[in-house]
Amino acid sequence: MQWLDAILQGILLGGLYSLFATGLSLAFGVMRFANIAHGDLIVLAAYLGLVVTSSLGLHPLTAALLIVPLMGVLGYVAQRGLFDRVVGGDVVSMLLLTFGLSVVLQNGLQGLFSADGRRLQTGDLVTASVPLPGDMAIGVFPLLVLALAVGAIVLLEWVFARTSTGRAFRATSDDREVAQLMGLDIRHVYGIAMAVSFALCGLAGILLGIGTTFDPSMGPTRLLFAFESVIIGGLGSLWGTLAGGMILGVAQTIGFRISPGWGLLAGHLAFLVVLAVRPQGLFPRTRDR
Amino acid sequence: MTPAAPMLATRALTAHYGDFQALWGIDFEIAAGEVVAIIGANGAGKSTFLRALTGLNRAAPEMVRFEDAPIGGAAPHRVVRMGIAMVPEGRRLFPSLSVEENLLLGGEVGRDGPWNLEAVYALFPVLRERRRQPATTLSGGQQQIVAIGRALMGNPRLLLCDELSLGLAPVVVQEIYATMPRILSSGCAVVIVEQDIGQALRVADRVYCFQEGRVSLSGRPGDLTREHVKQAYFGI
Repeated sequence: MQWLDAILQGILLGGLYSLFATGLSLAFGVMRFANIAHGDLIVLAAYLGLVVTSSLGLHPLTAALLIVPLMGVLGYVAQRGLFDRVVGGDVVSMLLLTFGLSVVLQNGLQGLFSADGRRLQTGDLVTASVPLPGDMAIGVFPLLVLALAVGAIVLLEWVFARTSTGRAFRATSDDREVAQLMGLDIRHVYGIAMAVSFALCGLAGILLGIGTTFDPSMGPTRLLFAFESVIIGGLGSLWGTLAGGMILGVAQTIGFRISPGWGLLAGHLAFLVVLAVRPQGLFPRTRDR
Repeated sequence: MTPAAPMLATRALTAHYGDFQALWGIDFEIAAGEVVAIIGANGAGKSTFLRALTGLNRAAPEMVRFEDAPIGGAAPHRVVRMGIAMVPEGRRLFPSLSVEENLLLGGEVGRDGPWNLEAVYALFPVLRERRRQPATTLSGGQQQIVAIGRALMGNPRLLLCDELSLGLAPVVVQEIYATMPRILSSGCAVVIVEQDIGQALRVADRVYCFQEGRVSLSGRPGDLTREHVKQAYFGI
């Protein structure tokens, strides 16, 4: 029963990891942009949540309604003003730019907020749980996070499959030169993609801040979890990313149950096993290219 | 007889790839309703010329004039919105998109005119049957007509076709060229880049022959002898 519980908790944790990962996956899928600062942007959103909740007295989930669009606008501006210079160019510039942004964000947050751990206060939400048979319980908050992650993926899949924005994303990803010849302003398309990516960071950051204590230095580890979820799941597949996040979550939770020091290690080992056995990931979206 | 005001004209158009100069001053004109063919050997600069017209290659503004406005070096998405659409070499359909989505994407240009999904399906009925299929699962000839339909969806004033016959069976090429009159009847002009000289001379009102980035010959097909063309093509 203890192991069944670990698997259940791990699956729920996977919801948060897939939220970390979908924005990263989207930016990579549409414009081959690997954003090293992605984890720090999640932490930035948590701090924005802290500012908004403490100054306006809002509930963190209400604050998310402000933070998510705000992060979206930031994403569009960052893409047009900064990332555009390196997209489609050489990979080293892209990595250097986003790595630099990561350092700036971490140190900026530390300067403004100190290195102390913070938390977005939600009262009973994080402790509430639903009892299950066999001495197990499901936390209401992790369940909410998983529901939001699934909701975000359903929404994104719909956008990709049914809207002209999604068509533009797919076409630009396939062939950016011909996409321009069809009248698409790819700088705008990229801006929109990055806006969605940042907005997902906004949601993930608020949920991270509610669920755990956060500090300015925890971004890179969130980035690592996001990368691992994407790679385990297979590039280009959002549902695969959710599965990847769950596998990572389950491995970590089981590791923690064995010994508290082994949680993260178990997650990384699961990642390495998938990489060795199935380098393309579990559910890669195969494309005729 | 060239009409007084060409729809598109280039003056001393040059193009470079890094240190390599691909075009050395091209003077070119096309009037409304005309079909102009560009022929030439591999590497003569034909595709580069089309890239320069669409804004994919840099050019000074005055080097390309379209409907009395200088457009050289304008961003590609602006050029196509002005009414210059391209059928790229090798078709280059979007593999993640269905046939219909490829066509709809061509329509994103947002220009008014006779072409829409219905008109394209009327011109190429086979595409209606295949509209839900991923575009790159079609045969080469069907992919080529999707690429043409995709460009028409933008209701261009000028249609640029790069190597329509490349890799296609002659009978398929005939079928595709047979639709040309209906495309022209919508009022647009067409530039055809072809390695198949016979095909180019059959459909074109006028021909330019490129050689090493320069125009080596131009004129009406009826006025050109085989010897002229051979010399302009091969430079011997």
